[in-house]
Amino acid sequence: MAGGAPKAFASGRPLALQDMLSRVADSLYWMSRYIERAENDARILDVNLQLLLDLGSEVDAMQHWAPVIASLEETDLFDSLYEAADERSVTEFLTLQKDNPNSIFSCLTLARENARTTREQISSEMWEQINRLYLFVQSEEAKQLLASSPHEFFVRVIIGSHLFQGITDATMTHGEGWDFIRIGRLLERADSTSRILDVKYHILLPSGEQVGGNVDTIQWMAVLKSVSAMEAYCKLYVGQVAPWKVAEFLITHREFPRSIRYCVDSLDTALHSISGVDESRYGNEAERLSGRLRSDLDYVTIGEIFDSGLHEYLTMTQERLLEVGDAMYATYCASLTAS
Amino acid sequence: MNIPMSDLFSQYKVDDFFDEMFSAPGAARPHYSRLLAAFKEMRPADFERKRDLAATSFLSQGVTFTVYNDDQGTERIFPFDLIPRIIPAAEWETIERGLEQRITALNLFLHDIYHGQTILRDGVIPKQIIWEAAHFRPEFMHFDLPHNIYIHICGTDLIRDRDGNYLVLEDNARCPSGVSYVLENRQAMKRIFPGLFSEYRVRPVEDYTQELLNVLRYIAPLDAGEPTVVLLTPGIYNSAYYEHSFLARSMGIEIVEGRDLVEQDSTVFMRTTKGLRRVDVIYRRINDDFLDPRVFRKDSGLGVPGLVEAYRRGNISLANSIGTGVADDKVVYHFVPKMIRYYLDQDPILANVPTYLAAQPDDLNYILDHLPELVVKAANESGGYGMLIGSQASTAELSDFAGRIQREPRNYIAQPIVAFSRSPSFCEDSIKGRHVDLRPYILFGEKVTIIPGGLTRVALREGSMVVNSSQGGGSKDTWVVEEEGGAE
Repeated sequence: MAGGAPKAFASGRPLALQDMLSRVADSLYWMSRYIERAENDARILDVNLQLLLDLGSEVDAMQHWAPVIASLEETDLFDSLYEAADERSVTEFLTLQKDNPNSIFSCLTLARENARTTREQISSEMWEQINRLYLFVQSEEAKQLLASSPHEFFVRVIIGSHLFQGITDATMTHGEGWDFIRIGRLLERADSTSRILDVKYHILLPSGEQVGGNVDTIQWMAVLKSVSAMEAYCKLYVGQVAPWKVAEFLITHREFPRSIRYCVDSLDTALHSISGVDESRYGNEAERLSGRLRSDLDYVTIGEIFDSGLHEYLTMTQERLLEVGDAMYATYCASLTAS
Repeated sequence: MNIPMSDLFSQYKVDDFFDEMFSAPGAARPHYSRLLAAFKEMRPADFERKRDLAATSFLSQGVTFTVYNDDQGTERIFPFDLIPRIIPAAEWETIERGLEQRITALNLFLHDIYHGQTILRDGVIPKQIIWEAAHFRPEFMHFDLPHNIYIHICGTDLIRDRDGNYLVLEDNARCPSGVSYVLENRQAMKRIFPGLFSEYRVRPVEDYTQELLNVLRYIAPLDAGEPTVVLLTPGIYNSAYYEHSFLARSMGIEIVEGRDLVEQDSTVFMRTTKGLRRVDVIYRRINDDFLDPRVFRKDSGLGVPGLVEAYRRGNISLANSIGTGVADDKVVYHFVPKMIRYYLDQDPILANVPTYLAAQPDDLNYILDHLPELVVKAANESGGYGMLIGSQASTAELSDFAGRIQREPRNYIAQPIVAFSRSPSFCEDSIKGRHVDLRPYILFGEKVTIIPGGLTRVALREGSMVVNSSQGGGSKDTWVVEEEGGAE
C-alpha cells in the first residue's frame, strides 16, 4: 500500500456526485425547517409558561394563550381539538399532539422522515442526532418530563436542535445540500421571529393596557427571551425595555442571528451560493425576491414600520418569505411536479 | 440476571440436532473454545450492559426494518444475538467453491433459457417447467446483456443437516436483502467485543460495498464512459429501506425513487436541481413487476415509465437483470444440480435438499401420502409465506394444502423436514439452542466475489425453523476464521 495514488484518484473521477436530486434538495430543506419549527414551538411555550408565573393573577389564561395560537395561524385546528385555550391545552397542542402537524412531536417526526430519505446526503452524526431527538419525544420519559418539569423538556428540544445545527456545520460538506438546509432553517426562523413579535401585538390589542406599564415591560422582555435576545439587547440599549426598540432589534439588527434581517441576509447569500450568481445580481426569481426583501430590510426604519402598523408589516414580511420559498421550489424542484 | 455465564453454558442442552458450538454436551468444537472461554469469564452484568449497548446502537443508527400492518410504530430493530457463529476457513473454502460453481451455472442457464434453450431441447429440464414459471419473461428472448451476466447479486440460503453437511435451501436471484445487517452486525461486534477480535483472525467483510460498486460499474453500457450508478428504492416505507440507504451511502451513489427518474428518447435521466442528468446503471431494489408500468404492472407507482424500452435499447443496465426470477423458482431449483453437470460438466459441490415436484406424477403421489413429514412450499413465494410445515400443521391445514397441490401441481414442491443446525443463543435469561441458517452474498462481475460468512439468521422462537425477520427471526455475526488449533 506504500506510495501510489489512492484508488479513488486512480479511477479518474470522484465518486460523489456534484448534482443533487430535486427531491433530495426539497427533503433537506424541509428536514431543516421542521427542526427549527420544533425549536420555535419550544421557545414560545417555555417563555409563555414563565411569563404566566411572573404575571400571576394579573392576566387571565384565555387572554394569554389565545394569541399564541392565533399568531401561529392554528386557531381553527386548535378549536376543533380543545374547548378553551389554557396552559394545559396549549402546551399539549404544541408539544405531543399528534393531530397537530406543527406540534413538536409532528415536526420532529417529519424532520426525521425527511432525513431518512436523504441519509446518503447527510452525515451519520446528523442522522443519529435527529434520530435521538425523535426517539426522545416518542418516549415515556418525554411525557413524564413535560408533566413534571416542562422547562427541562423545552430545553432538551432546544438544545437538541442546536446540537443538530452544530453537527451539521461541523460534519457536512458545505455544498449545495448544506445550503438548502441553511435556507430551510433561516426561512423558518425569520418567519418565527416575526410571529413571536406578533404574539405581543395580539396580547396587547384586546387588553388595551397602557403602553409602557410594568406588565408591558415584562411582556416585551419575554419576547426577547424567547429568541435568546435579552442579553444581546441589553448590551445594545441601556435602560428600559421599550417596544419600538425591541421591534427594531428583532427586525433590523444586522448581526443578531435570530433577527429577521440577519436571517434574510444569510438566506440571500445561501441562495446565491447554490446558483453561483454574484450577490449583487440575481439569477432566478427566488434570488430576485430575496434580494429585494434584503434591501428593504437594509433601509427600513422602525418609525416607518410603526407608522404602517407593526402587525401589517410583519404579516407582509411573512408573505414575502413564503414567496421566496415558493420561487425556490419552482427554480430547483419544478421538474418533480412537471410530469 | 445473576447466574454466572459459565453456568448458563454448562446447563446448555445440545439435544438431537447438529450444534454449531458443541460436538457433545459440554464439549466445544475447537474453533469455538476460545470464544466460549471468553464468554464464561464475563460477568453477567457486563454481558447485560453489552447487550444494551448493541440494542441502543442499532436503534440510534436507525438500523431497523419496517413491519407491515403494525400500529405499534412501524420500525423495529432486527433482534441481534451476541454469540457469533464461527466457520473455520477450510469449511468456508468448500462453501465458497460450491457457491461460485452454482452462480456460474445459474448465469449460464439464464443465458441459455433466453437464447438457444439447449438445456430444454436436450431434455435436461422439461420445457413445461420453464414456460409455466411465473417469473420467466419470454419477451426478453434473444436479448443480449453486458458480459452476459443476469444475476449480479445472489443470496443463497444454506442450512446444515443433522450430520453438519451444508445444503442449499434456495437461491435468491431477484433482490436478495439483508447484507447491511452483515456489515452492521460486524461493526457492532467490533465495538462491543474488541478483545475477541484480537484473539481470532476473523476475515473482514467491510469491502463488500466497494466490490458491489465494482460490479455495478463493470456492467455499465459499453459507451457510458464514467458511468453514473444509482440505487432504485420503492421508498422509505419499504421494509428494507434502511438497507437501501445504507448501501447507497456506503457506495457514494444516489438513492432514487421512481419519481426521481424519467425516460426520454429511450434514455433514463434523474431530476436534479440543475436539470436532467443521465443514469447508466440502476441497482434496483424493486421487483420486475413494478419496474415499468408500461410493460409490467400498470398500477405500479414505484417504477419508471419507459425504463424497459431504455433497457432494451441497451442504454441502461439493471442489476439484477430482468427475468432472473425463473432461476429462483423453487421448481427450477430442483434442477440446479443437473444444470451444473450440464453446463460445467462437474459434480455439484453443495447438495440440494431432496425435493419432490408435485408436477411429476410419482412425486405428487408421494407428497400426498407423506404430507405430515414434509415441508410444502409455493414455487414463487418468499419470506416464509405460502409454506406448510407438515409436522406442525392441523388436519384442516393439511387437507387444505393437499387440495391446493392437486389443483396447481406446478406451483408446489415438497421437501423432507430437515433438522436445521442449532447455535447457542440468548433467550431471556438463559442460553438455548436455536435453529440457524446462513445466507452468503455472492457478487458476479468481472469475477465472483463472496462475502466471507454472510448473514446467519436465527429462529429465536422455541422450536421454530422460520428465520425470516418478518416472522420472529434475529441474526448473528458470522465469522470465517483462520484455523490454528488443528482440525476437529
